[in-house]
Amino acid sequence: MALLTKEEAQAILKKALSYSKADEVELSLRGSEGGNIRYARNAVSTAGESSTMSLSVSSTFGKQTGNASINEFDDASLAKVVARSEELARLAPPNPEFMPALGDQGPYKEGKGFIAATAAMTPDTRAEMVAKSLQAAKDAKLEAAGFLENSAGFGASMNNKGLFLYSRNTDVSFSVTLRNEAGTGSGYAEKSFNDVNMLDALNLTKVAAYKANASATAKAIEPGKYTVILEPLAAADLMAGVIGGFDARSAEEGRSILSKKGGGTRLGEQFLSELVTIYTDPYDERMPGSPFTGEGTPTEKIVWVEKGVVKNLAYSRYWAAKKGVKPTPGGGGGRGGGGGGGVIFAGGSGTTEDLIKSTEKGILVTRFWYIRSVDQQTGLVTGLTRDGTFYIENGKIAFPIKNFRFNESPIIALNNVEALGTPVRQGRVVIPPMKIRDFTFTSLSDAV
Amino acid sequence: MGAGAMAMPGLPAFAREIDPLEALQEGIDVKLKKQLADVALNAARAKGATYADIRIGRYLRQTVAARDNRVLGVSNSESFGVGIRVIANGCWGFAATNKVTKDDIAKAAEKAVAVAKANARISGAPVQLAPQKGYGEVSWKTPIVTNAFEVPIKDKLDLILAVNAAALAGGASFVNSNIGAINEQKYFASTDGSYIDQDVHRISPGFNVTKTDRTAGVFVNRGALSMPMGMGYEYLDARPSDKVQSVITLYKNRYDIMEDVKNAVKDLDQKMKAKSVEPGKYDLVLDPSHLWLTIHESVGHPTELDRVLGYEANYAGTSFLTLDKWQSKKFNFGNNLVNFVADKTQPGSLGAVGYDDEGVKCGKWDLIKDGILVNYQAIRDQAHIIGLNASQGCCYADDWSSVQFQRMPNVSLQPGKTKLGVNEMIKNVEKGIYIIGDGSYSIDQQRYNFQFSGQNFYEIRNGQIVGMIKDMAYQANTREFWNSVAAICDESDYRLGGSFSDGKGQPGQSSSVSHGSSTTRVNGVNVINTARKIG
Repeated sequence: MALLTKEEAQAILKKALSYSKADEVELSLRGSEGGNIRYARNAVSTAGESSTMSLSVSSTFGKQTGNASINEFDDASLAKVVARSEELARLAPPNPEFMPALGDQGPYKEGKGFIAATAAMTPDTRAEMVAKSLQAAKDAKLEAAGFLENSAGFGASMNNKGLFLYSRNTDVSFSVTLRNEAGTGSGYAEKSFNDVNMLDALNLTKVAAYKANASATAKAIEPGKYTVILEPLAAADLMAGVIGGFDARSAEEGRSILSKKGGGTRLGEQFLSELVTIYTDPYDERMPGSPFTGEGTPTEKIVWVEKGVVKNLAYSRYWAAKKGVKPTPGGGGGRGGGGGGGVIFAGGSGTTEDLIKSTEKGILVTRFWYIRSVDQQTGLVTGLTRDGTFYIENGKIAFPIKNFRFNESPIIALNNVEALGTPVRQGRVVIPPMKIRDFTFTSLSDAV
Repeated sequence: MGAGAMAMPGLPAFAREIDPLEALQEGIDVKLKKQLADVALNAARAKGATYADIRIGRYLRQTVAARDNRVLGVSNSESFGVGIRVIANGCWGFAATNKVTKDDIAKAAEKAVAVAKANARISGAPVQLAPQKGYGEVSWKTPIVTNAFEVPIKDKLDLILAVNAAALAGGASFVNSNIGAINEQKYFASTDGSYIDQDVHRISPGFNVTKTDRTAGVFVNRGALSMPMGMGYEYLDARPSDKVQSVITLYKNRYDIMEDVKNAVKDLDQKMKAKSVEPGKYDLVLDPSHLWLTIHESVGHPTELDRVLGYEANYAGTSFLTLDKWQSKKFNFGNNLVNFVADKTQPGSLGAVGYDDEGVKCGKWDLIKDGILVNYQAIRDQAHIIGLNASQGCCYADDWSSVQFQRMPNVSLQPGKTKLGVNEMIKNVEKGIYIIGDGSYSIDQQRYNFQFSGQNFYEIRNGQIVGMIKDMAYQANTREFWNSVAAICDESDYRLGGSFSDGKGQPGQSSSVSHGSSTTRVNGVNVINTARKIG
């Protein structure tokens, strides 16, 4: 029920639209089905399934907008939710930043985010994947805790200006932590895909097991500035939010890392290392995204940083109209900064191992944890290493080291890039392993 | 895991936007709830469950928000449905439905049993529940004066727009403000014979003001000194007795948002001119509006028994407070000034309820007594592990559609036993920093190493506050920090802080929890300078 076809969704939306008396009405119908299984202490702890669908209605008179939603879809319920949104609109204060709804934007390219095999997953499929992971943990005499979750969803939107949008998407994600009995070693692995066929839970468990064993008997070394090799997961943890700061409005208002002394923004300036190029692309096979934004603008590839130079800032439709520029599709400054799909960091070639080989002295970070903003002015964040940190000497891993707390700005780190490997998908980011000099560790942690 | 003081929790998947007036309509009658509950319990038993509970929940959430001189949004939502949890073949099973009919509830109960039986094949030792007597039909309600949902939206918008106007008139470049309210109407029943009807209220107002200096290319922020509370709209009606006069006005029990925003704008000017902190060791004087978050992260989370046992190992992490430390009865978590109490009954607190989400009457107990680790936070299936024959009532689910699990009760530092005020405390500090308000926070996955920042930092030299400083955070090890407590103000200074949306679990759930303390002095803490230069 929750995964409607384009035609089924269109029929419900047309029916709801027929009840509207507002100047403008925007309807959004969304549904998803999915399930999860969680385990700890080498046994399943909880499992669940969910199926949900709801219709949101946004009605506007002049610049007054009211929103209502419902999860029943008979004619009376559809009429009721439209009427309720209209009542609320008449009570709402006018929105001085109101932007009229978009009309038909022409044909959209087909999105690539829906994979039938992921949508077809069942409680048994999930239990089978987890059983393999548990067996691998037991074989390695380690204790496993993990989480597997999959979902399939659709979104359809319609307004009274002629716009109709429909897309589907699937996601599957798996994460696992393995710890030794003494509590002296811990390893972690995590992957997300649209296509479950790309997910190998058993192999990820073996990676976590290797790290759990290899990280035991860690030595303490002095905090300070070190060259670091960041595995893609660690790089994603640290860098994923960078583009979130590319909101044009905040930059132009003087309250962003991209605001310039004396006024203006850093658009067009050399802001990061020449090795760094960052873009979003909803049609990238590694991480497909939606072919349109929530407002209906078709999405496209947008380059935010090219060879370290800021090429674009994210303009919402309102801010773009005010400034007389073209809106950046999806602009608004959230993660992704605009554009469709997640953030993609272009890279070089080679693996994490290749970066290690090129390093005389340094630290391999496999994962960061509890990263929080410290200073918005400089992008400074703090956090810790977790689940396997290693000292590198003469191009080889020499020994495991105790975890560090760091205080570093990702912007400074992206100015200190020495080399990048081949990008891979890690969560909602495609990112390469990175070699970065002068990374600031400020204290030691006893945590394992 | 993390605590966002201001952020409203995300809406559950089943929530729907409603008219504010709909929130005031009565939910279904308690007699009908009992009938529906019995359908679930009987259906579960018939399919082989050895235990079953049902939660019929109506969760109302409202947020109003404004940026500068315009309303950003008004959101009213209702989430209504049923969650059923069972034990079958020694394993937990759970199912939920938003269709609140006898047939659908019976089907959900049967599904929960089927899930339990399927999971039993890959589960560990059978679930062992601490005994719990049935209470029969009982009820509990947050003791509020004014239901926030009964206050017209217009009044709330007028208030936050007035807050913003005052900020802009005072010289702020930008201001955001909001008021959030939650009402959980939940009915719990179990095969133990409890039928518990509860009406729980929480409120969270706040703002953030910003000042920019375009020429210098800098900006500064100051957040509100409000705290989320387990109260009604009366929280926003401060009486003179609710105000604490310090270097700025602080608040106890109730909050004056108009006064605080005016003070915040004045603070922005001071922050612009403040000198950058010299890193090194300082004696810190920590106001309750700041210390709650340090307590939350370094005391609240590591004493969660599920973390200690490894159930959160894949996400939030484990805990350094392992069972052997508790068993030794001499693990000095802090020095003998340090006493932490868990309390699910504290009036005005976010965690106060009559009964938890598995039907256990709530109470109060020691976690750290005279510095020694003496207890944890447990639920029914964990109690036996720490030798208890009853649960401590720490079970919570953030929605009817979420499965309940162990969540933090209010955890609070007990006031000093001898008379001591803040001014007197500061007089004895030679080289120190007085911190007000919560800021940046981060702690490792076993809760050893932490770093905290704040809103306002005042330098103390030879017993005097000499001015505001900036660019500071402190780093410490949990045990060293709580063993460095030098003094705690008396109970007249005791105030609550808290988190409106503390995240934990996979899939993630949000809970609200308070942490009380009096102003506390901690000696010799490592302070770092957080200023950096970009470009």
